[in-house]
Amino acid sequence: MGPGTKDAGRGTEAVSLHSVTVSYREHIALRDVTLDIGRGDFCGVIGPNGAGKTTLLTIINGLGRIHTGTVDIMGERATGTSFGRLRRRIGYVAQQERVDPRAPISCLEAVLVGRCGRAGLLRRLEQGDRERARQMMELTRTSHLAARPVGQLSGGEARKIALARALVQEPEILLLDEPTSNLDPRAVRELSELVVDAYRRFNLTVVMVTHQLDHLPPVANRIIMVKNARVTFTGDRTALDDARLMAELFADAA
Amino acid sequence: MPPELAVLVKPLAAAVLGGLVCGVVGVWVVLMNIPFVGVAMSHAAFAGAVTGLLLGINPLLVAAVFCLAASLLIGPMAERADIEPNVSLGIIFSVVLGFAFLAIGLMRGPRAEALNMIWGSILLVSTPDLVLMAGATGAVLLFLGLFYKEIQAVLYNREIARAVGIPERALFFAMLVLCGLSVTANLSTIGGLLIFSLIVNPPSAAFQLTYKLKTMYLLSALFGILSCLVGLLVSWLTDAPAGAVIIITSSAVFGLALLFSPKRRKLVS
Repeated sequence: MGPGTKDAGRGTEAVSLHSVTVSYREHIALRDVTLDIGRGDFCGVIGPNGAGKTTLLTIINGLGRIHTGTVDIMGERATGTSFGRLRRRIGYVAQQERVDPRAPISCLEAVLVGRCGRAGLLRRLEQGDRERARQMMELTRTSHLAARPVGQLSGGEARKIALARALVQEPEILLLDEPTSNLDPRAVRELSELVVDAYRRFNLTVVMVTHQLDHLPPVANRIIMVKNARVTFTGDRTALDDARLMAELFADAA
Repeated sequence: MPPELAVLVKPLAAAVLGGLVCGVVGVWVVLMNIPFVGVAMSHAAFAGAVTGLLLGINPLLVAAVFCLAASLLIGPMAERADIEPNVSLGIIFSVVLGFAFLAIGLMRGPRAEALNMIWGSILLVSTPDLVLMAGATGAVLLFLGLFYKEIQAVLYNREIARAVGIPERALFFAMLVLCGLSVTANLSTIGGLLIFSLIVNPPSAAFQLTYKLKTMYLLSALFGILSCLVGLLVSWLTDAPAGAVIIITSSAVFGLALLFSPKRRKLVS
């Protein structure tokens, strides 16, 4: 099922959170968050460290567990059971993947992991899956890394492989957690280009967490500000030029 | 076949099955970096077997129950970020050892059978033991064959596996349960206190030598079988306890692998 056949819930939001609260024991990571992310949006989630940005991403793909509230993905209520299926349509590039440099997994195998959910249990990956993986590695300019152990990559290479793995899922939503942190300026630019290219090419909905505003590509049309476990602002990109809003967001950052 | 060799048929089969199954589940334990699971389970199995002996119930049955209980405890404990795995291991480990020694202490008469569960006695392996071992090995290999790509994903990164829509938690628990089953099945041959090394040493040796997962499975199984065969042979020739020789052999294999590891050279230079 490709992006072209997603008409089941057309017209509904890609992501819809209603009164979502997330807590880890006594620590509240997100408090009463209600927001919508429309299909085709490129949404930047910004805010100081520890504000709850990553938590926001992980409740969209169900890796994080919500305490109260509801999550709807592509018009479907996300529950413990439906998330397994929904996640196949959500690509996720985690902040950092620590992999043992000696681990016996090649980059091609790591990218192919992205096909596993979609292929389903008890089914072997087929030629088409491999073909798709090769295409996505070409797209992310990582073809030359196919045979390299996945633990032996530079920061930029690792992000590109993670992006290829997310894209190989043929996702409708792409979640990116600080994809450009700790990269040199050239790598930041390259990764941004790749993300924007994928966004346009596959008609994705993108949610990108960052605390570096200048890393947010110009195509990002929506902004979500998160501070102290609350969403303090959602709106269009012009908010970034609002000096008062930005000062408030990063003032006395915890 | 001369009769003095005929007595070796069953032990040889046990050595091959035990080495094979420990080598395979060991790959999971080593790549998921959860050696404590192996420790806790093997001791739980031992405690279960001894408790079974004390109560006059089939020791392997009780061992399997203890093992299963341990895996169901360890899984959630390993998932929770707020309990350090080393701490949960320490707790489970002390509980099961307490049970084991309590049971041994309460036993009347000769304790040889209980002590056998510590050291194992591969030369005396019975047909039911072999059937159980074959069953455990078959179950592990079947599971590996059916879910190879999902297991690979879980071994690579559990969070990513879950994020792409693989039922990662179910697979992880199934892997733990199969580890427990393998430990139980090998209890009377290798022994409860020693089997843990057979689960960790061969795959650790294989890990040093290859970047390919399939090769790692093959090498690990091979090293496991080799260790068991050497242990059996030495035990048969010299009357040394087989379990101990098996562990020493597998440790030596690991030492050699470390010494000649291309990864080590690459990482050092």
